[in-house]
Amino acid sequence: MVYKIDPEIDRHYIEEFRQKPIGAHSPGLQRLLNTMRHDPSGKQVVLVCKRPFEEWVLGLMPVDRREPIAIEDGPVFTDIEEAEWEVFRRRWRLLTGESINRPLRD
Amino acid sequence: MLKIVGYPDRYSVAPGEEIAFKISLEEGETFEARLVRVVNGDCNPAGPGLKFPHIPTEIDGIHAGKPQRIDAGSYMVATDMPAVAGRTFSFLGFVWPTLPKRGEQVIAAQWDPATQAGFQIGIGDEGRLSLTVGDGAGGTETVRVDHPMLERQWYQIAVTFDPASGEVTLDQRPLIPYAVIRDHGQYRGRIRLAVPAPPVAFLLAGRPEADGTVGHHFDGKIDGPILLSGIRTHADHDGLIAGTAPPDVETARIAHWDFSCEIESITAIDVGPSGRHGRLMQMPARGMKGHNWTGEEHAWPKKPEHYGAVHFHHDDVYDAGWETSVSLTIPADLKSGAYALHASAGDSDETATRETYIPFFVRPPRDKAKRGKRPSVLVLAPTMSYLSYCNHAEHITARGAERQMGRLLTFGHTDLYMYDHPELGGSHYDTHADGSGVCYSSRLRPNLNFSPRYHSWLGGPGSALYQYNADTHLFDWLEHKGVDYDLITDEDLHEEGYDLLADYRIVITGTHPEYHSTAMWDGMKAWIDRGGRLMYMGGNGWYWRIGFHQTEPGVIEVRRAEDGIRTWAAEPGEYYQSFNGEFGGLWRRIGRAPNVMAGVGFIAQGFDISTFYRRAPDADNPRAAFIFKDVPDEIIGDFGLVGGGAAGIELDCISANLGGPPNMLRLASSDGHSGMMMLVNEEFGVVPPNLGGDQNERVHADLAFGETPSGGALFATSSIAWCGSLSHNDYDNNVSRITWNVLERFLDETPFV
Repeated sequence: MVYKIDPEIDRHYIEEFRQKPIGAHSPGLQRLLNTMRHDPSGKQVVLVCKRPFEEWVLGLMPVDRREPIAIEDGPVFTDIEEAEWEVFRRRWRLLTGESINRPLRD
Repeated sequence: MLKIVGYPDRYSVAPGEEIAFKISLEEGETFEARLVRVVNGDCNPAGPGLKFPHIPTEIDGIHAGKPQRIDAGSYMVATDMPAVAGRTFSFLGFVWPTLPKRGEQVIAAQWDPATQAGFQIGIGDEGRLSLTVGDGAGGTETVRVDHPMLERQWYQIAVTFDPASGEVTLDQRPLIPYAVIRDHGQYRGRIRLAVPAPPVAFLLAGRPEADGTVGHHFDGKIDGPILLSGIRTHADHDGLIAGTAPPDVETARIAHWDFSCEIESITAIDVGPSGRHGRLMQMPARGMKGHNWTGEEHAWPKKPEHYGAVHFHHDDVYDAGWETSVSLTIPADLKSGAYALHASAGDSDETATRETYIPFFVRPPRDKAKRGKRPSVLVLAPTMSYLSYCNHAEHITARGAERQMGRLLTFGHTDLYMYDHPELGGSHYDTHADGSGVCYSSRLRPNLNFSPRYHSWLGGPGSALYQYNADTHLFDWLEHKGVDYDLITDEDLHEEGYDLLADYRIVITGTHPEYHSTAMWDGMKAWIDRGGRLMYMGGNGWYWRIGFHQTEPGVIEVRRAEDGIRTWAAEPGEYYQSFNGEFGGLWRRIGRAPNVMAGVGFIAQGFDISTFYRRAPDADNPRAAFIFKDVPDEIIGDFGLVGGGAAGIELDCISANLGGPPNMLRLASSDGHSGMMMLVNEEFGVVPPNLGGDQNERVHADLAFGETPSGGALFATSSIAWCGSLSHNDYDNNVSRITWNVLERFLDETPFV
């Protein structure tokens, strides 16, 4: 049985991710991320670079390549880890119904 | 989005030779061109920054440009054909459709697009065999069989047409019948239109379109296509294939293309009485299993009659065929090295990039007598690895890449353009739209990720460089250190072998020299065995075998056979390269592991972060003292632009029993890897539960050195990320110092043993 995210079990990994979105993670957080990063719809969230090393926005790549990538106007990120955190928060809400109202790090 | 793209007609050019650039403009009618030397293509503000010194030449200035397009899709064309539909004819063959529901696809056609006259045999309406005719006056008529074909099943097809009476028969017979499935399609009837027979070319797997392109391509295999006069049957086809057909059937052949002949070529041999040979365009896959493959033989050279199929794809590309926009004669005194044509068509902004750098390399003069005194150092640019990764689009076509990277997939303007232009063709890492692997890659098309300033979704966090642009970190370090060197490309080495290396004391590789032909491998090994000194500056080198086409320039083949990190797998029985008949796949599976060449071999890959090396006991071996001069540090390379450390992306290590020299010193080993740095699959039989570097002690890079019996030596960094650390702290760091110490000693002609 593929692991199903349980907010009670997985909630404490939020803080670990918030402190270090990219890098070595605990096995529990890695399991959570591996689960979150699978979208059964076949769509793919991507990071679209507006200005190299300065500005990025999120985009959604559709299932069918003949359709355009939907690129968001904002939020505009000036740090890739901010974008990772935003995607994490969106996925957490989608999968658990809970909102995370905290900024990246403190 | 990119508003200007292009490609050169060669990746390597010698002084005095001409190189042509083919450029397409999305906007405007002119572009400005200039030649630059490529020193550093990384615009990361944390690094030394972009360095493209301008080299004034005759091409400086404004040039005319225009949009240029790629007509993707492979097909066969035979030009010396009679007007087939002038009298009763039959078309017989086998087909194996791979995208039968993709819409109207043409298997065979003699069609005049200007007048809409002639006939087309194809599949459509969910994959049903059909005949379409055109009367040349705007009228067309299509008849189809009653059941569709299944995907990836063999069908024997027979189409007959009597233009006088209009009588048509169609039959698609599955070679393997299945219970309940109804895929034996048939039609018998009459066409009302009067069908003229235009004396135009005959095509397989496509038809000519009114705009001059070839379209309506067929996706799948075709085997044993035969055109005959008169009404013929499956039994006649069987007899002709088996060589048992009666004389009247033999002589009725208008053309009988046998794809099992001259598999290494692009010629479709007509074994019929008229010799109406065809030409295969845009490189469909050959050496493919035919309808009769049994598994008794896996090597097509030994039983070509089982390999009579050609696999056509609507997204095959060999030659974009663009017109030359500007060309340059390389000045006789231009230093060997990395260069690019900088072409710009306006100012860039956050929505569009209006400049491009089209890279190429200047090699030493071809004529040895004209070379004069050359430097001792030779850089080998891994252009065939750049080519294997040409337009690498897994971030677009594969799902799961974000998981693999451990971070979001970044799309720059180049990636957005790649997304919108699948006609550029894929890399050896991609699959065709029908799911079959891209086994051929050509440089006669834009190679978007072979470019300075390209930041790759695959490169480590930070600069995010991979392959060519990561190699500019090495070019930059060599420039900073004032190293005098020549540069050749993989293709030069393939063509000239050991002789091209013979006069150099040192060869420095790029960060990821992964793909090698037999001639390249043999040339390099011969040079090492004769005293060469190899500085292997990357990871996962000498991994896959490639083949070069023997008549068509600029295209290489890989077969993802048996084992290794594979984004697709060759079908059983399709492991032998069609270009030369060699067994393809990993060099390791051919008995030549990377360790045989470099003393180390591939062990792990991971793309989330890079880490550092920890000094190992062999660092204190007197044999290695020169390497650690002024490097007392315990930790090496805990900094860098590619993932934040010198050990990352893809790693090699010293391994016993893979043919590597037993005298390799393990100077340092990487440490601190995450669970995303994982053991590669040729390193285990049973899948271990501890694949990741946080749990598997085998997951590490070995900084290694060893002497060769002929007085030469091997030095291996064993990490793709190593060169990303060279410039740290204004080039004053232990990665830079170790690399310099090695280079300095390697320049000293004193034999190592």
